[in-house]
Amino acid sequence: MQEACCPELSSILEISDVQMHFGGIVALKGIRYAVPPGIIQALIGPNGAGKTTLFHCISGLIQPTFGHVLFEGRQIDGMLPHKIARLGISRTFQHVALFKSMTVLENIMLGRHPKTKSGFWATGLRLPAMRREERKILETARYHLDFVGLGDSANLPAGTLPLGKQRILEIARALATDPRLLLLDEPAGGLNIRETEVLGDLIQRIRACGVTVILVEHDMNLVMEIADRILVLHYGSQLASGTPMEIMDHPAVIEAYLGGG
Amino acid sequence: MGTDFLQYTITGLTVGVIYAMVAIGYNIIYNVTEIINFAQGEFVMLGGLFAAFFVGTLHLPVFLAFFAAVIATGCVGFAMERFVIRRARNAGVLSLIIITIAVSILLKGSAMLGYGKDPHCLPAFSTRGPIMIAGAVLQPQVLWIFGVSALVVIALSFFFHRSFYGKAMLACADNPIAARMVGIPVRQMVLLAFILSASIGAAAGVIITPISLMDYDRGAMLGLKGFGAAVLGGLGNFYGALLAGCVLGLAESYCAGYLSSGYKDAVALIFLLLALFFKPEGLFGSEAATLKKF
Amino acid sequence: MNKKDRWAFVGMGLLIAVFPGVALNVKCISHYVDVMVFAGIFSLVSLGLCMLMGYAGQVSMAQAAFFGIGAYSSGILTSRLGWNPWMAMPAGAGVAALVAWIIGVPALRLKGHYLAMATLGFGVIVHIILGEEVKWTGGPSGMVDIPGLQIAGWKLTSEVAWYYMIWSVVFMALLFCLHVIYSRVGRGLRAIHEEEMAAESMGVPTACYKVQIFVFSAILSAIAGSFYTHYVTCLNPGSFNLMWSIRFVLMVMVGGTQSLWGAILGAVLLTFAGNEWLQIFSDFEILVYGAMLLCAALFLPGGLASLVPKVIGVFRNSLTHLCKR
Ligand SMILES: Nc1ncnc2c1ncn2[C@@H]1O[C@H](COP(=O)(O)OP(=O)(O)OP(=O)(O)O)[C@@H](O)[C@H]1O
Ligand SMILES: [Mg+2]
Repeated sequence: MQEACCPELSSILEISDVQMHFGGIVALKGIRYAVPPGIIQALIGPNGAGKTTLFHCISGLIQPTFGHVLFEGRQIDGMLPHKIARLGISRTFQHVALFKSMTVLENIMLGRHPKTKSGFWATGLRLPAMRREERKILETARYHLDFVGLGDSANLPAGTLPLGKQRILEIARALATDPRLLLLDEPAGGLNIRETEVLGDLIQRIRACGVTVILVEHDMNLVMEIADRILVLHYGSQLASGTPMEIMDHPAVIEAYLGGG
Repeated sequence: MGTDFLQYTITGLTVGVIYAMVAIGYNIIYNVTEIINFAQGEFVMLGGLFAAFFVGTLHLPVFLAFFAAVIATGCVGFAMERFVIRRARNAGVLSLIIITIAVSILLKGSAMLGYGKDPHCLPAFSTRGPIMIAGAVLQPQVLWIFGVSALVVIALSFFFHRSFYGKAMLACADNPIAARMVGIPVRQMVLLAFILSASIGAAAGVIITPISLMDYDRGAMLGLKGFGAAVLGGLGNFYGALLAGCVLGLAESYCAGYLSSGYKDAVALIFLLLALFFKPEGLFGSEAATLKKF
Repeated sequence: MNKKDRWAFVGMGLLIAVFPGVALNVKCISHYVDVMVFAGIFSLVSLGLCMLMGYAGQVSMAQAAFFGIGAYSSGILTSRLGWNPWMAMPAGAGVAALVAWIIGVPALRLKGHYLAMATLGFGVIVHIILGEEVKWTGGPSGMVDIPGLQIAGWKLTSEVAWYYMIWSVVFMALLFCLHVIYSRVGRGLRAIHEEEMAAESMGVPTACYKVQIFVFSAILSAIAGSFYTHYVTCLNPGSFNLMWSIRFVLMVMVGGTQSLWGAILGAVLLTFAGNEWLQIFSDFEILVYGAMLLCAALFLPGGLASLVPKVIGVFRNSLTHLCKR
């Protein structure tokens, strides 16, 4: 199914010929792309280009109609989302999907789910192993809380945070799963310049921890500043890919963004 | 043996058609609002009891009573939408379920208050004696039941495919926001859906009452079986509902005849569960995308 | 468990502990101890249902069926086969759990309305079976002469003994539920209720959790059913019909779907309403139930439990006002 596995994988994520059909609409028309590990990979394109759809395909929320998704050489399409999360892929959502009535800390603690295992009966009976695990969860969650700089709002309900902090919290929750690949869907959407700067810093710090980041973003300044590579989608097909410099001068990209309107 | 079989078939088709009409009621509301109205069965019960009241107490002729009962139940549907559902328009699915269940309990309780616990009867629509077919008895009322339901199905098809209101209602189902943007009054369409489905339920109730009587307690079971027909036929699908209703009615009737009459009520419910579990898009709805079309 | 819950736990414990002492000494409410035994039994059901509805966000109209499965398992095993009631109880719970699992795996893939209808249909089927299998269940006329409970050779005959036993079971169940809620699994459940897709993407096995909670609620209902059987020592299918499922849902709705305390409060209130206060309506209590259900869903979606913080807030405000003056 896949080429012989080389000892050093050259790509952490391989998307091979992924197509997604919704009834008559073809949202993805055969994407073929590989993301090298340890970089910030930007994914850009006009509205409706299929960026979110591609994220859904990678994280397992929808099944691609054709094609395969390989994570670290392993086929993940067809797996349930929680299994994929367990393998080391985590994500945020374009329309912030926090658990609004749970506290900030609880949201991040939930992110520890794939790394912990006490079950229903163990938690109900408060077995010692479960208590130990619960203490560890709290510890790790606090670490991630401080990592993203939300330490002072730990016990507020997540729904009461301003949008900027909600987006950061969503990233913290995703980080709590200890992902090796992090998918960020428009994390700067609705943020002001100041907040966007902080966000850019945070994403770079995440990369420094060895996490590969795929970033969907409309804010070109942010993308050009922090992305190592860029993939441009347009009506569900690949328009161009390369370094930010290459993309900036790419005639087809300029055409898609400025012409046609 | 053959006679029995024929007799069971006639009985099965008769109740099956009634289930189908209940299912159509579900479909209309579902098509416009995506709500499953748990009070659907109560409309049937109300129709029957209203008609019994109009004939028994007010001494109206049966045909007038039919229309009066349909209109009266339509008013109940109107009130339900206007005063209850509309208030809950922002409620979650869980609340909506509870609310329609609450309405069904209220309707059932009111019926008990108004009509007592005894079953009520209604004279048949025509006074002609039963027709014998190869030894099996065919009540003329059964023909009325087939006729009325055929009329309802045909009229509804016309309504939804030809008339402005019908098409507007379908548009609401498809995409309420877009429908509102092109100027379709979505709230009114929802109201119309409730009135229509209450009236159709009532019509079913009136035509079945001469055969099987009617009491306040029948709604829940009729509603459940009707829902079974709706799901089996593919939710939202009219002809599917008709066919599925007949299948359920026949299954029930054969079960009562050949296996055990005590379990006949369970048959339709088992069909319902099987359909929900293994083919929630129904036998005749092929894809999720076509779920709402008919 | 957080601080508030700890205080509520202690407070409710005290209240429950002293209640018989008060009630038995006041003549006109001395039979309230008996009502409270029923309230305790129903609290078990509503606790399970509250976990399912309020925390996992799934509605079940089949709790009366599981209650009935537990009750009839106990009844049949003890009176027909001569089992010890304490053996019959887990057996009934096991049967209920198995049935819930078989029904739950496909049913919980369904959402909202479909799930409600599926559980409704299932509940009615169980009710029909209870009425039809005359050889085992006694059919519509039910069963009589079911043995009561014994603890260490000592027969539980007085209402007070039953009262304390049943409420200790309720407290244990409550403690269990609270532990679940404030833990990894509980967070997962609340997450499913709020944002199912996000929960699944964060590694919560949503389908599996839903089934587990459904099975758990069935087990609690079945245990409640067993206690019920041995307390009233007779059974008839009328106690396990659709109306009872609706009543259980109502208990949770009135108390507040998002609060285990509310579930117990709702169970107590509705048991008193059903056994005492609504008796004057006789047959027409169904109308009152309908109205209550409608009002709860329309006007008080958080249930009575959601009023408690508000009342405390008002109280605190007026207190600080007084202190300032
Ligand atoms: N569930 C769905 N059913 C039908 N069509 C869908 C569905 N999800 C997405 N689409 C369609 O697929 C196309 C791509 O959508 P997608 O959300 O992936 O775009 P996007 O690139 O994320 O856009 P945006 O920048 O606005 O977020 C759109 O035309 C959209 O209408
Ligand atoms: Mg998008």
